[in-house]
Amino acid sequence: MKPFEYLRPSDVSEAVAALAANPEAQVLAGGTNLVDLMKYDVTHPGAVIDINRLPLKEIEQLEDGTFRIGALVSNSIAAYHAGIAGELPLLSSAILAGASPQLRNAATCGGNLLQRTRCYYFYDASTPCNKREPGSGCGAVGGVNRIHAILGASQHCIATHPSDMCVALAALDTVVDVAGPTGDRQIPFLDFHRLPGDHPERDNTLQQGEIVTAIRVSGGHFKRHHSYLKLRDRLSYAFALVSVAAALDIGEDGTILDIRVALGGVAHKPWRDPLAETECAGQPANRDTFQALATRLLAGARGQGDNDFKIEMARRAIVRALEQAAAGTPQIQSHKAIF
Amino acid sequence: MDTSSRVIGFPVSRIDGPLKVTGTAPYAAEHEAPDGLLHGFVTVATIASGRIAEIDLTEAETFPGVVKIYTHQNRPRTAWWDKAWKDEVALPGHPLRPLENDRILFDGQPVALVIGTSFEAARDAASLIRMTYHEDEPHTDLRFEQDQSYVPKEKRSGISPPPKPRGDADRAFSQSPYQISADYFQEGEHHNPMELFASTVIYGEDGSLTIHDKTQGSQNVQSYIASVFELKPDKVRVLNKFVGGAFGSGLRPKHQVFLSVMAALDLKRSVKLELSRREMFYLTWRPATVQTVSMAADDEGHLTAIMHHAVQATSLYEDYQEVVVNWSGLAYRCDNVKLTYELTELNVSTPGDMRAPGAATGVFALESVIDELSYEVGIDPLDMRIRNFVHIDQNMDKQLTSKALHACYREGAERFGWASRSPAPRSMRDGRDLVGWGMATGVWEASLMQSTAKVKLERNGHVTVSAAASDIGTGTYTILAQVGADSFGIGAEQVTVAIGDSSLPKSPVEGGSWTAASSGSAVQVAATTVRQTLLKHARDLPNSPLKDASVEQTAIRDGRLVLAVNDQAGVAIADIMDAAGVDFIEELGEVGPDQAQMKTFISYTHSAAFVEVKVDEELGVIRVTRVVSAIAAGRILNPKTARSQILGGVVMGIGMALHEEGMFDHRTGRIMNHNLAEYHVPAHADIHDIEVIFVEEHDDKASPLGVKGLGEIGIVGVAAAVANAIYHATGTRFRHLPITIDKLYYAQEAAE
Ligand SMILES: Cc1cc2nc3c(=O)[nH]c(=O)nc-3n(C[C@H](O)[C@H](O)[C@H](O)COP(=O)(O)OP(=O)(O)OC[C@H]3O[C@@H](n4cnc5c(N)ncnc54)[C@H](O)[C@@H]3O)c2cc1C
Ligand code: SF4
Repeated sequence: MKPFEYLRPSDVSEAVAALAANPEAQVLAGGTNLVDLMKYDVTHPGAVIDINRLPLKEIEQLEDGTFRIGALVSNSIAAYHAGIAGELPLLSSAILAGASPQLRNAATCGGNLLQRTRCYYFYDASTPCNKREPGSGCGAVGGVNRIHAILGASQHCIATHPSDMCVALAALDTVVDVAGPTGDRQIPFLDFHRLPGDHPERDNTLQQGEIVTAIRVSGGHFKRHHSYLKLRDRLSYAFALVSVAAALDIGEDGTILDIRVALGGVAHKPWRDPLAETECAGQPANRDTFQALATRLLAGARGQGDNDFKIEMARRAIVRALEQAAAGTPQIQSHKAIF
Repeated sequence: MDTSSRVIGFPVSRIDGPLKVTGTAPYAAEHEAPDGLLHGFVTVATIASGRIAEIDLTEAETFPGVVKIYTHQNRPRTAWWDKAWKDEVALPGHPLRPLENDRILFDGQPVALVIGTSFEAARDAASLIRMTYHEDEPHTDLRFEQDQSYVPKEKRSGISPPPKPRGDADRAFSQSPYQISADYFQEGEHHNPMELFASTVIYGEDGSLTIHDKTQGSQNVQSYIASVFELKPDKVRVLNKFVGGAFGSGLRPKHQVFLSVMAALDLKRSVKLELSRREMFYLTWRPATVQTVSMAADDEGHLTAIMHHAVQATSLYEDYQEVVVNWSGLAYRCDNVKLTYELTELNVSTPGDMRAPGAATGVFALESVIDELSYEVGIDPLDMRIRNFVHIDQNMDKQLTSKALHACYREGAERFGWASRSPAPRSMRDGRDLVGWGMATGVWEASLMQSTAKVKLERNGHVTVSAAASDIGTGTYTILAQVGADSFGIGAEQVTVAIGDSSLPKSPVEGGSWTAASSGSAVQVAATTVRQTLLKHARDLPNSPLKDASVEQTAIRDGRLVLAVNDQAGVAIADIMDAAGVDFIEELGEVGPDQAQMKTFISYTHSAAFVEVKVDEELGVIRVTRVVSAIAAGRILNPKTARSQILGGVVMGIGMALHEEGMFDHRTGRIMNHNLAEYHVPAHADIHDIEVIFVEEHDDKASPLGVKGLGEIGIVGVAAAVANAIYHATGTRFRHLPITIDKLYYAQEAAE
């Protein structure tokens, strides 16, 4: 850890100005990720801008039913919020599948979006890593990579985005509210995270000086048929090897009106294929349909060696999560038995 | 001697519990020094093999708060001969001398020590040290390197090499109707007790050192430090009053104590050095092991041949050894046995003892094979084991002091409901899940070590028990209090226990599950001697009602020494001491192995573990839903602390079966998952019902107290029982630990 400047702005514009003024500056929210990375010498912010005093701690339901969740709302508060738990149970469930109660109490919703990958090499500053140090190479390619990406990876980086919450956000209809030096803007969630390509050092599409102020989520029509299924190396407190956020809207005749599948643990961003989903509309909500969708979603999947199993794992998890959703029996996060 | 108080055998709560749960029990890194402390931070090598080419300290040395940086280029002089570096439990080879030279033998080897005025200064400066290396090709993959294996030239003290072959195992194997031969592989496991290795070295004005160290043996560290730094032993005192878990990791002195003492002596200042969680992964570990076991049986399931070969990883500088294969020659009756054990040198730090070292590993393979063979023969796996029961140690040709394993089988099976098991694999279901029931036998040695203890009885009846022994979370404080209390007819809470201090009576390192038997017995011997002295004084009183009594005929009740059969006849302790003109009586007790008895007898603890798993086969998710562990370990001093030991062992066994593994990038020879987010141990959700049964086992030979020890037996066999249950559930044998979720996918793929 290197010495750094510490600032604690009290409103958004002050925070944005401070951030924009110093390219070395980084935002501190719950600190559950940033502080670790600083201690491990992975990141060395010249200034730490503590945003915990900003008024971003509210959850409100807008007139159209959308929930607007302030960037500083803790993961726990969001998950147990009565409105969210009732209307967007998929989101609650995904949040509760992540980390541990202590971490969820400290972690914020904004921070969750911006948490960095858990790639072993990224975390070990003495190894090459293009994400940590552009141009240094990628240690994980050909190395220990059982937790790495099977979709959308590049030769420069095969890391995954580790969040559970974001997988549900990707499945639902989500927009990220951002404040920046040139004003406020909204980023559709699927455009928020990016694939590594030639610039794995960039996890997302935020511009220099921008901060996340809130996320807007809707998707109430999925509240009956949804499931968040997370497969991992132990039954709790481990990042997803593969996770699936499945949401269905099923018509009276048993055919699909709307279907969403987002995958976690498989790519540099939550993975979705909206076109494939659209083509499921009108089809029966059954195993055949789900299998066909899984095959399409994983069409370009490629293993890296240690993680080859993830392709089959993802295929089966997609089908199971959709079956759980269709049956109206979502995966319960406090009980690790899978139905 | 009548010891009528209700303390031994009762579930007394830990006497150190309140201190621990209120955070007031100070651990090694939680001490201050009168002169203030300097803080250390270790820089570790980032290659696994090669040499340090260049060290650039320019930036680091000028960092504010830096006092001094040590590397091999300026390390103060220390003892020359290897012998001086050998601690009480050292291994054959050359003990690591931190910062000795430019050679790098393993990833994470300490290469520099920064001393600063604060921890942060030391850590920040450490990140500014620029080390460059000449890198050689590292060798860390045991499976790849095992053809380089060798039989260790020098045997490790206390570790029996494999016995000579008996019978003709190859022939018997080839002539038997049922045969299994299989390879097992187990990844290395890395010690991660909660408390990190740390030392606070307090530098006295007279140059003496008081060291709070995270260790399982204060006297071992004391003599190591005195010897390495050529100090007078009485100038070094080591304390380990509280130890936040160790499991074998703290048996040998670790480099933090060497480095912090080195700096303290050089700078003549008090120094604190705590290693990081990451560095825990570069220390003592349960070595990766390859095993091949061949086992054959006749038509009735009687074992006709066992061959067990193991190759374990060791470092380039020491030949670590553990007892891996011998268990296969003593767990069951078999007349044709061939056991072999070899090592392979790798670019790794020297492995070390980790809860039931050797047995946890070897018994996994043994108990997997016998299980597999039972299916071949077509008999129940439990039956198979019962059929091959043996009541002697055929390796050593010795009698056993006791073996209540049948009771473990019977009571464990009963509690588990084994009788309703349906024999065929894949035949039990719970909804979508496949259900599997598996079991395994466990065995571990029960030893009595040379140990001493003092017991002091004061005029007011207060009792103090002291020994250098350690409580590594196992309950030593409490059981020594119980043993002390028992002799004086008082409650455990009325006894003061002083342990964890090298200046106290000689004790061995706390390991091998021998502390309760050894230190406990020493306390009992000392207490009896105190009672004898007390009685002698009492007899000298005029008209003493105890004139003709022997110590066995007396008891202590309510502060009076009385006749056991008539407690009206007696004298108050205070009166006895007053008359004798003493304020207290203090005696030393000593116990040690009975060499004559050891010629014919040997002692083991035994267990039977029964495990239920539920497997969602499609997704590869395994849950261990139920465990019954039945234990035969002689006399149970305290069923509460004893149960905790077994629970912990079972949890660790589940971790061994399903979770724990150090992941090496063999291209660089470096361990990559060096943190507790990525190195997995079971979380709460992974642990369901665990039931512990202690079966009745009377043993008057294992130790004077009748105690055998419990720290390790709880883990032995658990991994095999889990793997066997997974086989019963799925019909697939997993022979590579840990059985992580990916292995289920690969197994299905292979089957297709
Ligand atoms: C052991 C462990 C296990 C975990 N397991 C899981 C898991 O299973 N699933 C899961 O989803 N997560 C898991 N997490 C991750 C956890 O969810 C994240 O650490 C947390 O969500 C980050 O939130 P924070 O508020 O603490 O972020 P911080 O650590 O404060 O910040 C994280 C990053 O986000 C940036 N940032 C924060 N807020 C903003 C903002 N408003 N605008 C712009 N930038 C911002 C920071 O600059 C930093 O780069 C785990 C974490 C740990 C330590
Ligand atoms: S996968 Fe990405 S994060 Fe991991 S080492 Fe390669 S570049 Fe770095």
